[in-house]
Amino acid sequence: MNDSRAAILATIAKRLGRGPLDEAARKSLRARLRGHAPGLIPARAQLPHDEQLALFQEQAEAVATTVERLDANSDVPGAVADYLARHNLPSEVVMAPDPSLDGYPWGDKPTLQIRRGVTAGDDLVAVTGAFAGIAETGSLMMLSGPDTPTTLNYLPDNHIVVLRAEQVMGTYEEGWILLRSAGAMPRNVNFVTGPSRTADIEQKTQLGAHGPRRLHIVIVGSAQEDK
Amino acid sequence: MTDADPRIGLFVTCLVDLMRPSVGFAAVKLLEQAGCRVEVPMNQTCCGQPAYNSGARAETIAIARQVIDNFEGFDYVVAPSGSCAGMIREHYPRLFAADAAWGARAEALAARTFELMGFLVDERGLTAVEGRLSARATYHDSCSSLREMKVHAQPRALLASIKGLELVELADGEACCGFGGTFCVKYPDVSTSMVDSKLDDVARTGAELLLAGDMGCLLNMAGRLKRQGSPIRVRHVAEVLAGMADGPAIGDADG
Amino acid sequence: MEPTSRAFKENSRAAVNDAHLQQALSNMRVGFVDKRGKAVGKLPEFEALRDEGRDIKAHVLENLDFYLEEFEARVVEKGGRVHWCQTGAEARETILTICREAGAKTVTKGKSMIGEEIEINDFLEANGIEPIETDLGEYIIQLAGEPPSHIIAPAIHKTQDDVADLFVEHHAPYGKTERLNEARALVDEARQILRQKFVDADVGITGANFLVAETGSVVVVTNEGNGDLTQTLPRTHIVTASIEKLVPTLEDTTTLLRLLARSATGQEFSTYTTFSTGPKRPGDLDGPEAFHVVILDNGRSAALGGEFHDLLRCIRCAACLNHCPVYRAIGGHAYGWVYSGPMGAVYTPLLLGIEEAGHLPNASSFCGRCEAVCPMRIPLPRMMRHWREREFEGRYSAPAVRRNLRLWAWLVRHPALYNRMTALAARALRLLAGRRGRLSRLPLAGGWTVSRDLPAPEGRSFKALWAADVRPGRGR
Repeated sequence: MNDSRAAILATIAKRLGRGPLDEAARKSLRARLRGHAPGLIPARAQLPHDEQLALFQEQAEAVATTVERLDANSDVPGAVADYLARHNLPSEVVMAPDPSLDGYPWGDKPTLQIRRGVTAGDDLVAVTGAFAGIAETGSLMMLSGPDTPTTLNYLPDNHIVVLRAEQVMGTYEEGWILLRSAGAMPRNVNFVTGPSRTADIEQKTQLGAHGPRRLHIVIVGSAQEDK
Repeated sequence: MTDADPRIGLFVTCLVDLMRPSVGFAAVKLLEQAGCRVEVPMNQTCCGQPAYNSGARAETIAIARQVIDNFEGFDYVVAPSGSCAGMIREHYPRLFAADAAWGARAEALAARTFELMGFLVDERGLTAVEGRLSARATYHDSCSSLREMKVHAQPRALLASIKGLELVELADGEACCGFGGTFCVKYPDVSTSMVDSKLDDVARTGAELLLAGDMGCLLNMAGRLKRQGSPIRVRHVAEVLAGMADGPAIGDADG
Repeated sequence: MEPTSRAFKENSRAAVNDAHLQQALSNMRVGFVDKRGKAVGKLPEFEALRDEGRDIKAHVLENLDFYLEEFEARVVEKGGRVHWCQTGAEARETILTICREAGAKTVTKGKSMIGEEIEINDFLEANGIEPIETDLGEYIIQLAGEPPSHIIAPAIHKTQDDVADLFVEHHAPYGKTERLNEARALVDEARQILRQKFVDADVGITGANFLVAETGSVVVVTNEGNGDLTQTLPRTHIVTASIEKLVPTLEDTTTLLRLLARSATGQEFSTYTTFSTGPKRPGDLDGPEAFHVVILDNGRSAALGGEFHDLLRCIRCAACLNHCPVYRAIGGHAYGWVYSGPMGAVYTPLLLGIEEAGHLPNASSFCGRCEAVCPMRIPLPRMMRHWREREFEGRYSAPAVRRNLRLWAWLVRHPALYNRMTALAARALRLLAGRRGRLSRLPLAGGWTVSRDLPAPEGRSFKALWAADVRPGRGR
């Protein structure tokens, strides 16, 4: 199989009318990789932060995500409890072990049963945080990690995401900049844009194909003035 | 911007020459009304597209050389056809890309070659024609006119100036009619399905008159309409613009 | 699947006469075109992004060896493995070996055109391993025993009734015996059944939309979430991808992603876009323990630097299929193999040879709509013409066709004779048509007159009239 590797690489070079790239060329290409320059970034989300928040909500709602704006941390547990009640869901959630969720006063809603951890697939509702919100398309950027199991984003029927206003940024490029500054690529970076859907039956969209049927985002806090 | 009395070499096209000369005369009339002097090189035959699209590159090059020889020296070359104009404008330079001398000649010819309505509106500044025709019509953009020659607004601007003519747009104005040169005879089942989709669209406009700027499309659509017994009349748009739309429409009996 | 591209004429005739297929296709004809149009209308930078996308991919192809090596190095650093395969057979064996090592009994699959190309499902089954398609469209056609008929909507040729029939036929073992009448219910039943398959699978095989050299990441895009459940739940994740899927950086990938969903379905972004980088990390609560990328050549490296080089920019969005009047008339199966529509018309002869697939690049009117919508600006009609040139020069086209064309080309270059014959033909056809103005039958013109009349010529040729100084229209 190493023969195949060598053969494929040799054919590529030959067909391109050259031998293997020399060190100067490789250096230049590595520099291009290291530079990871952005291309053209659509102007759409290059807005003041309060408008980015509004755009995020508009874009998310356009793909059947539901979005709620909350002023204070103390509003979060109630918002989650109310969501469950509105959709006739039992007052039980599995919540990511993510420390960013620790700071909300969940004890204010003692009837809300919270299990921190992973899901085996039987949970109806998952509550997670996110790494960022991308206003351009109303998408969530979520990273896998020791406190953020990926499967919470996919297995439960309902996915509630607690997002802080300052986590909402305009574009994917800003998300990559933030991720690189936070460290190396995790196993998974999930960009989630709405609940699961399929149009495989006569081209009519149905939600809840394999992933969650519902995606609900609560955005906590207000726009940053100097973002 | 517009030259006084430019000399036009009319590229009449093999289909107009054989099937419907009145389209050629309508083109001449329109060009003369726009202040041009029109000449018709008698040694012209074909732009070479049938050979080109059949993969006969050497034959195409030989034909193209003949066209270049025949049409050099005019201020402009104008064809009542997007596909023939497109062949010269878009494809001749590519055919001769490896040949410095012929390449330069091909580029020069290409730069001076236009589809009729594109020429009248964009180069001669024509904004209106005289004449009246009381009819509800729809217009089919040939693929080459649309994509190679960028002709879309120009025929519509001129048709809008015809008193009594109501132009209704097709729902999918970018759909191919199914002609495609030899395609329609090599793959008649697929081609017929395509022309039927097009004609369903035409029928939905309620138009009694179907216009287009390319004889291949027109023969294809008229031929299918006639086979279906449809009363819809089919004409080349030049006939209508030149006020010469009183003879038999395409495929219609005399009188 | 055994290719049937040779039988394109018969396939396409059957397709246009298949009322059931035509009914199914009517669901896709307007929708995809309208949706893409709306999405493009909402992004003013779309055309500029197409230029950038084309340039990114063109750059990658020029340096494909470098980017493959970089990608491999990053994958290995993160604990994954890369397997280089020249042929489909090699890829199949590689995948089987990995599955055997994982002790796999069942394998879930995300949608992969490479998987179709190498016929991995049949091969796994023949070796005692059960592959389960999880994309709903792929699941439907797996039940039907059919290949996909569209790159992103594999079951587009099936109606809701077809799906209901298939489910009631195959879901009895799961205790589902009721025939369902609503799409909602059908999706729910598939969700329920496949959920258990996701959880039970030993290995998950996905395709890849992109391979990112900078980070060694694999990008999998779905709307259903099946790509994620396929790759995250099983102990082993295998990615199948062709060599040209490389993209340099995360930023380059973002540019292409901005083009992909808009071109494919008219969505701004697909629901689930996941960048996977190696297996589970220490401390991770879920994820596969083994991560394998099987990279397939299968004739693509040989296309570099030649007439079909630009085709390798393809990102499998299917915009060309959605806008092609031929595809819209006949659907995907008529093309006879994995890839259909305009990209299939160029790809299939490349991978299977012109003798098998010669009809495909010929069955085009060169309308150019494919090229007009291709996000990578691939000159598809030009490449179809290149195939026609190879056929003509290689004498694959019928001798009579070549002879007639050469004869016609000779005549065209002898204007005096041509003009006389044209004038004669105009008169003769006019006489034959009589006063009807058209001909319903004409010897040697069967291809035309089978479904169309031939309008009669006016009777004299333009040049003959011009030479005689006849000027209809003057003075009117």
